Amino acid sequence: MEVVSVALDTGGLEAAGPWIDRARSTHPALIDQGHLLDEQLGVVNVPSGVWIDENGTIVRPPEPAFPWRPREPTEELLAQLPPLTVEQLREAQKMRIDPERYLAALRDWVAHGEGSRYALSPEQVLARSRPRDAAHARAAACFEIGQHLQRQGHSEDAARWFRAAHDLAPENWTYKRQAWSLADPLQGPTERYESDWLTEVRRLGAESYYPPLEL
Amino acid sequence: MAEADLGRAGVILDRLDVPPPELEQRTGWSIKSGGACRGEQCVPLSLPFDVRDLAGRLGMALVHDEEHGVWALGPQSGGRELASAELPDIVLPDRQGRDFALRSLRGTKVFMIAWASW
Repeated sequence: MEVVSVALDTGGLEAAGPWIDRARSTHPALIDQGHLLDEQLGVVNVPSGVWIDENGTIVRPPEPAFPWRPREPTEELLAQLPPLTVEQLREAQKMRIDPERYLAALRDWVAHGEGSRYALSPEQVLARSRPRDAAHARAAACFEIGQHLQRQGHSEDAARWFRAAHDLAPENWTYKRQAWSLADPLQGPTERYESDWLTEVRRLGAESYYPPLEL
Repeated sequence: MAEADLGRAGVILDRLDVPPPELEQRTGWSIKSGGACRGEQCVPLSLPFDVRDLAGRLGMALVHDEEHGVWALGPQSGGRELASAELPDIVLPDRQGRDFALRSLRGTKVFMIAWASW
C-alpha cells in the first residue's frame, strides 16, 4: 500500500511546505491549493481518509481518519501556548475519534483487499457520497472566487465570498477553517467573520465534530 | 480511473463568451454546433455561446464579483459529490512543485489522507 497525503491549503507550498519538511515524509506529499478534494471527492473536514484499490476504484469515500490518537499535550507545553490555543486543545480532547478501530480496518483491507469487509462496493461508496444540490454547487463556486481574490491580495473581498460559502455549506469545516485561518492563524474571533472555530465547536458540541465512524 | 473530470471542479473566468477551446481545456466541455458535449453527455446550446447558457442547462453555479470582474463556474448540481466510485484523474503538485498524478499509483492500494496546515 502507498500512503499519499494531500494538504488542503489555499496558501499552497508556503503554508504546507514547512510541515511536510518537518514530517520528513517518504510518501508522496501533495498540495491541494484549490481544495480540489472538497469538490471532487466531498471532503468536508480533516483528517479525512480515502481508500483506493489497485484498479483506481474508491472503496471507502472520505471519512474521519485518525490512524492514531493524538498525544495529549503536557502541562509544560500548555503553559507555553496562547490561552486560546489551550482552550481549543481542551475542546479537541472531547472529540469522538476511533483510531484503534480505524487502523485495524485499514490493516484488514491491506491484508485481504476486496475480501475485506471494510472494502465497500461501488454502490455503497456512492450511497455514502452526499447529494450535491444547488446550494452546495453554489458554495463551491463562492469558495472558488474567495480563493481567487485571496490569492490576488484582496483579503477583505475574499472574506465576503468565504462567508457566502459558509452559509451555503455549513457542514463544510474546511471552508470555514481555511477562511478563519487566513484572517487569524489561531482561528480566533475576528471582525471579518461572525464566528470562529472554538465558538462553532462549542455550539455544535465537540463530540459531534466528527461523525461516528461507520465501519 | 475516470477520464479527466475537470467539470466537477470550479473554474475562474474573466469573461462569459469564453473561446470554446479554452472552455474545453478548463471544464472538459467541448462546444460543437448547437450544443456542448463532455464524454457521452451532450446538451443543446443557443448561439452565440455564453457560459450562462451552459451553466443553466447543467445546473452549474455561476457567481460573479462585479468589482473584480470575475466569475466562478462551480460544479454541476443534481448528482452526488462523487460522480462514480472511480477515482477522478487528480493531478496535484508535490513539495518540489512537480505534478503527481494519482493515476501513476494504479496497481497499488492507496490510502489517501487529507490534512491541512491550519
